Amino acid sequence: MADAVTFVRNEEQAMLAGTLRDLLSASIDMDRTRELSLTTDAFDREVWTALSQMGLVGLALPGEFGGADTTFTDLAIVFEELGRFVGAVPLLSTVVASAAILAAGTDDQRATLLPPIADGTTIATLAVFESPHGGVDQPSTTATKVDGGWRIIGRKRFVTDAPNADLFVVSAAADEGVTLFVVDAGREGVDVESVAALDATRPLADVTFDTIVGEDSVLSGITSTAPLDHALDIAVVMLAAEQVGVSQRCLEISVDYAKQRYQFGRAIGSFQAIKHRCADMLIAVEHARSVAWHAAATLNDPAEAAIAVPLAKSVCSDAAIKVAGDTIQVLGGIGFTWEHDAHLYFKRAKSASLLFGTVETHRDRLADAIGV
Amino acid sequence: MTIDPTADQRVADAVDQLLEQYPPSATEPKTFWGAQFDTGLAWVDFPEGNGGLGVSPKYREYVSRRLEEAGAPTWNRSANILGIGMGAGVLAAHGTNDQRARWLRPMFTMDEIWCQLFSEPGAGSDVAGLATRAVRDGDEWVINGQKVWTTLAHLAKWGLLVARSDPDQPKHRGLTYFVVDMESPGVDVRPLYQITGEAEFNEVFFDDARIPDDQRIDDVGAGWRVAMTTLMNERVAIGGNTVPRSSGSIGRAMDVWKDSGSGDPATRRELVRLWAEVEAMRLTTLRATENMKSGTPGPEGSTGKLAWADLNKEVTAFTVSMLGMDGATIPEGYALEATSYETREVERVMSVQRHFLRARANSIEGGTSEIMRNILGERILGLPGEPRVDKDMPWKEVPRG
Repeated sequence: MADAVTFVRNEEQAMLAGTLRDLLSASIDMDRTRELSLTTDAFDREVWTALSQMGLVGLALPGEFGGADTTFTDLAIVFEELGRFVGAVPLLSTVVASAAILAAGTDDQRATLLPPIADGTTIATLAVFESPHGGVDQPSTTATKVDGGWRIIGRKRFVTDAPNADLFVVSAAADEGVTLFVVDAGREGVDVESVAALDATRPLADVTFDTIVGEDSVLSGITSTAPLDHALDIAVVMLAAEQVGVSQRCLEISVDYAKQRYQFGRAIGSFQAIKHRCADMLIAVEHARSVAWHAAATLNDPAEAAIAVPLAKSVCSDAAIKVAGDTIQVLGGIGFTWEHDAHLYFKRAKSASLLFGTVETHRDRLADAIGV
Repeated sequence: MTIDPTADQRVADAVDQLLEQYPPSATEPKTFWGAQFDTGLAWVDFPEGNGGLGVSPKYREYVSRRLEEAGAPTWNRSANILGIGMGAGVLAAHGTNDQRARWLRPMFTMDEIWCQLFSEPGAGSDVAGLATRAVRDGDEWVINGQKVWTTLAHLAKWGLLVARSDPDQPKHRGLTYFVVDMESPGVDVRPLYQITGEAEFNEVFFDDARIPDDQRIDDVGAGWRVAMTTLMNERVAIGGNTVPRSSGSIGRAMDVWKDSGSGDPATRRELVRLWAEVEAMRLTTLRATENMKSGTPGPEGSTGKLAWADLNKEVTAFTVSMLGMDGATIPEGYALEATSYETREVERVMSVQRHFLRARANSIEGGTSEIMRNILGERILGLPGEPRVDKDMPWKEVPRG
């Protein structure tokens, strides 16, 4: 994809961003988000309904499966706006799981599984990670052929939105290689064990499987990890877009506060110690925006995505952690309280840098891609 | 943006005509540049007769592209950057017809090199506090004082000078702008040797140097306004450059990593972290260029200088560290020598140690990183300024260290 067409939002995209921001500021109540943060299964159903009604859940899915058939760039706009509000909705999980089904599923599976996901009825998520540092190439979860289907045994960890999920896309090692299965959450032998997440607005759980599923649960007759890799790339880029929203909103909070807060008879933003910190935050935000947009625009171009995706992870993670952390510093004491929103952004920033492959994992991947 | 078909055609015709009559491969650069000026393609937006065709500045890019594709010489723009990149814009905006007629053509053909005389030992970031005096004496002005960090002064025929004509006014109001003949009596240029031993810059001493009043630019006391035009042109001349991926300092860092055969995973991750930051900056420049073209410039257009300065220092320091104890050597050694065009051309073969030393200036030259952060904070983010103690005080009463 040419650099020249990557960066300028067209009128419809600008309108999408504006409409979303209006919708989210009307429907997200940060006090409610704070209350949800005290639970391990946070889910802001009011916002989810609003997003579903706008057709945003299936935004990037094909029209024939109930989607809106738009680009990853449009989808990234949704995540950027959600990041501004630390939305407690399972959009990331749903988008990524549906991308895996779209990429790996048979026509029948797509036609059956995707429409209820696209309209927000079914919450789906990816259950593929097993250890804090591990990748997804060699699952210890196994799938063994049994009479009438497959027996899946194993334990998945860090499964996002698992407490609220209706459907898991699970990876398991079969004789033929790593295989993806769709497994209903309510099935016997599927045990969801919530954990307290650092960012409680994005619930995590360990999910243990010892269950038998039918032949129709196998996505795409087996073997290639390409669909899973693609789905994970989408996850990384949408997290990066979300981090742009987190960073941009934090910068705004900091600058507004620095103009209003007076100490020593002056607005604290007139002190260079504060002003210069804000200037550095601005640079971090602008750099993050560039790499996130670039990555979203190149997701369908495997050669460029091999660089752009880990690049977005590296830059946007550092940016969001820095800007959200600096926001607490600019705010001073109030920034450290539960009452202020700053901690919600800070937790989201750190958590997003670790999920779906840590920053370090992605830096190693980027090193391979650029040949050092 | 509306397109004027007549202008499109005129510019295209002029380029065709120039390239046909003066084929770049068979024409001496100076002859070509003279013809380029006469055809109105030096600064295409300037008036006819002043090296332009009086069309929109958006045609500049078209002309550059056409000429580069045809293999025409374009290095006059970098070799005489303070003239062609900055002085010309000042003359266009603030000069008289006589001044433009006298100076623009030999500037463009490189017959006359230009330099810029703003900074002083006592006026760096606070350049409006400068102390070089200009005292009127009939049809002339008498100049006394010292300038510093003057690029190309040792090669220059003309200098863009800001001097204090009225010390009783507050600092911004008592300045006047001149073009000074660098070869005239009372002007003494001395090389200023820097951290690498090289002298890219000079000090310039004025001792009763005389400037005819017809070399004054704009009104007496209007010097700050004219200086602002110069600095705006400086940003245009320096900014907007997009470079290839993995080039420059980060490219050298990658080479050193590969040559080292180290394989240390922590070093590799740090290299990649820096690569990612550099690439993010590069993509931001591309985004800024795109937004500029589409008429929707945003904050991304203002972050480049500051981001680059800090990052380039970090990358060059990291590169030297990757050399291990070899980093404690400097292959070319030190020698006190003034920069020539030739040494500027071969800058890219400098050792990484020398690049590391040179990079220290990145966060000082062209506006310190502290000043750049003030600008981002105040102009882009809208934060309040520092209280100023000198703003409305007569310049002569402002405390000076």
